[in-house]
Amino acid sequence: MLRARSLFVLPLLAPSLTACGAAGTGGSPTLNWYNFPDDSGALAAAAQNCTRASGGRYRIAYNKLPRTADGQRQQLVRRLAAEDDSIDIMGLDVTWAPEFAEAGWILPWTGTVRDRAVTGTLKVPLQTATWKNRLFAVPYNTNTQLLWYRTDLVDRPPRTWSEMLSTARGLAAAHKPHYVEIQGAQYEGLTVWFNSLVASAGGSILNADATAPSLGPPAVRAATIMRDLATSPAADPSLPNQMEDQNRLAMEAGRAAFELNYPFVYPAMKADNRRLFEHFHWAQYPRVDADRPAKPTIGGIDLAVGAYSRQPDLAFEAALCLRDKENQITAAVKGGLPPTLRELYFDKDFVKNYPFADAIYQALENASVRPQTPAYQNVSIVISHTLSPPAAIEPVGSVRTMESQIQDALESKGLIP
Amino acid sequence: MAARLSQGARQERRLGWLLCAPAVLVMLAVTAYPVGYAVYLSLQRYDLRFPARAEFVGLSNYGSVLSSPFWWQAFWVTLFLTVVSVAVELVLGMALALVMHRTVFGRGTVRTAILVPYGIVTVVAAFSWQYAWTPGTGYLAALLPAGDAPLTEQWSALGLIILAEVWKTTPFMALLLLAGLALVPEETLRAAMVDGAGPWQRFVRVTLPLMKPAILVALLFRTLDAFRVFDSIFILTAGAHGTGSVSILGYDNLFTALNLGIGSAISVLIFVCVALIAFTFVKLFGAAAPGSQEAGR
Repeated sequence: MLRARSLFVLPLLAPSLTACGAAGTGGSPTLNWYNFPDDSGALAAAAQNCTRASGGRYRIAYNKLPRTADGQRQQLVRRLAAEDDSIDIMGLDVTWAPEFAEAGWILPWTGTVRDRAVTGTLKVPLQTATWKNRLFAVPYNTNTQLLWYRTDLVDRPPRTWSEMLSTARGLAAAHKPHYVEIQGAQYEGLTVWFNSLVASAGGSILNADATAPSLGPPAVRAATIMRDLATSPAADPSLPNQMEDQNRLAMEAGRAAFELNYPFVYPAMKADNRRLFEHFHWAQYPRVDADRPAKPTIGGIDLAVGAYSRQPDLAFEAALCLRDKENQITAAVKGGLPPTLRELYFDKDFVKNYPFADAIYQALENASVRPQTPAYQNVSIVISHTLSPPAAIEPVGSVRTMESQIQDALESKGLIP
Repeated sequence: MAARLSQGARQERRLGWLLCAPAVLVMLAVTAYPVGYAVYLSLQRYDLRFPARAEFVGLSNYGSVLSSPFWWQAFWVTLFLTVVSVAVELVLGMALALVMHRTVFGRGTVRTAILVPYGIVTVVAAFSWQYAWTPGTGYLAALLPAGDAPLTEQWSALGLIILAEVWKTTPFMALLLLAGLALVPEETLRAAMVDGAGPWQRFVRVTLPLMKPAILVALLFRTLDAFRVFDSIFILTAGAHGTGSVSILGYDNLFTALNLGIGSAISVLIFVCVALIAFTFVKLFGAAAPGSQEAGR
């Protein structure tokens, strides 16, 4: 009987025995960092650098989240809802901070760590990490779209959307490549396109305190531009199914004249199509009105500290290290992710590897953020469903539909489609 | 009744209960508790992001779901997918069952070949269909006129979802029907032949009526499965372009919107639909089962 009981109990004890062993060998505490899966090696290198720099006070373990943003969010949410104390640092998409903060899943940054996070950091990325005037994360990288075009087809990049469409029409009439590649599939990319246009037209999707939609004439103009592009010769036939990567491939295949996309397309074109790369150039995101700068939507990752972490103080420190100057340069050069520290855009060595750094900096200065609300996912789904496919948009009717559905989404009332 | 049982019989009965008890407890823990908890959540206003705002709201979540056009759109899509795919599977499955039943040469090989699709994980199969129908990466999309993306339009996408489902589960249907074919006595068929019945008459008048219980079981299983269709749609379209089923709607509201109240209400409604389907079939099945007349039905 005794023997049977010990057989039953031993396996239960085994994990705690090994745990004692690990602590007994004098190992420093491990901080778990959950972030998107990075193939460039930049994130793993940052974790290593900071482990070394800590002088043995902590060790950072980089854990890869799923590939898609939805998959990443679901995994984090499920763990945090269960109060998982093994999450110390997490990489949040720029739209998640309000949601995670409101649910009490991440800790606010205060005192000296807050000052260190804010100093030298670009203004708009900081906005994405702020909720109800409190800082909840430190921007790790940022991202924004530029207009990429072919100099063998167009002498001067178009400054406005109407100029771009008429250029595309001219190219189509001359039987030259003429598509404008943009994200038209029914997903968040479509929301980002709409958000950039609404902001560029001088409006916003939500009111200042994020309690109600504030669409109106700028939104109708934005919807009209989307519909006009989708029904013109500038539209790729696969527009309603296209995301960033299909846009990149169409441009590399030589089917398009313009592409609205993130800077990852530049190294990709260099590697995939040397001939077109010679003519591949960048310009600012097109304007809605000629006399008002465009406000492209920013993306990126903010680092937050988990509310159930057992070593929050070390986690804040480690997060600041992960986004320091050297690690941001590695992430930018290796992974193509634009930095959030202002000084890097004026660093000669860095700019040499990043020829469009100035354009990105200009874009970031004027950039807009996506609706800042804990209910962002619902708002985004409502928008992308209403505007899909872009060719079927009825500007006034579609905006009215969005208005009532966004109001429900903000109150977490009703269903999402 | 119990008082008339002998002491031995009573002890045996108690032992029976004791032996069953662990299984009953496990079933209660893993099945009844989650279902009960889902019913409880469906009566709450409970958004994971606003835990402080949770409150009891009675049946209002059911009101929201049943008055929402999104639910009805998903419901009709699910019903359409279920009816069409099960009907096609029944006809094809019967044909395959007959082939498996009658094959003289290479019986094992034929049966194995027919069962291969059923052995492939649904998500893996769905991915291969998705690649096949995507312009640029797929051999099937390459057969269509340039610029055609069938997964981006409602009817063509629904057709492809049905195709993927039929390809995947027809073997299962065939397997159940094959068991039914084995129930038909050869002598009866031979007697019908002697009486001058042709092959079609023998099939319709003799084989089908005798197989009826097997057919109904096969239909019940497949209808229940088809109504809960999730993985094929999730991979092929993720529910875009009006192709979402009720399960996709429930998933989106639970896991993307983190709305536990509404999501649970959707899950409970799916549960009720499935129970209704099962109830209808069992009633039908009971009425048609051989020997049920004697039981006074």
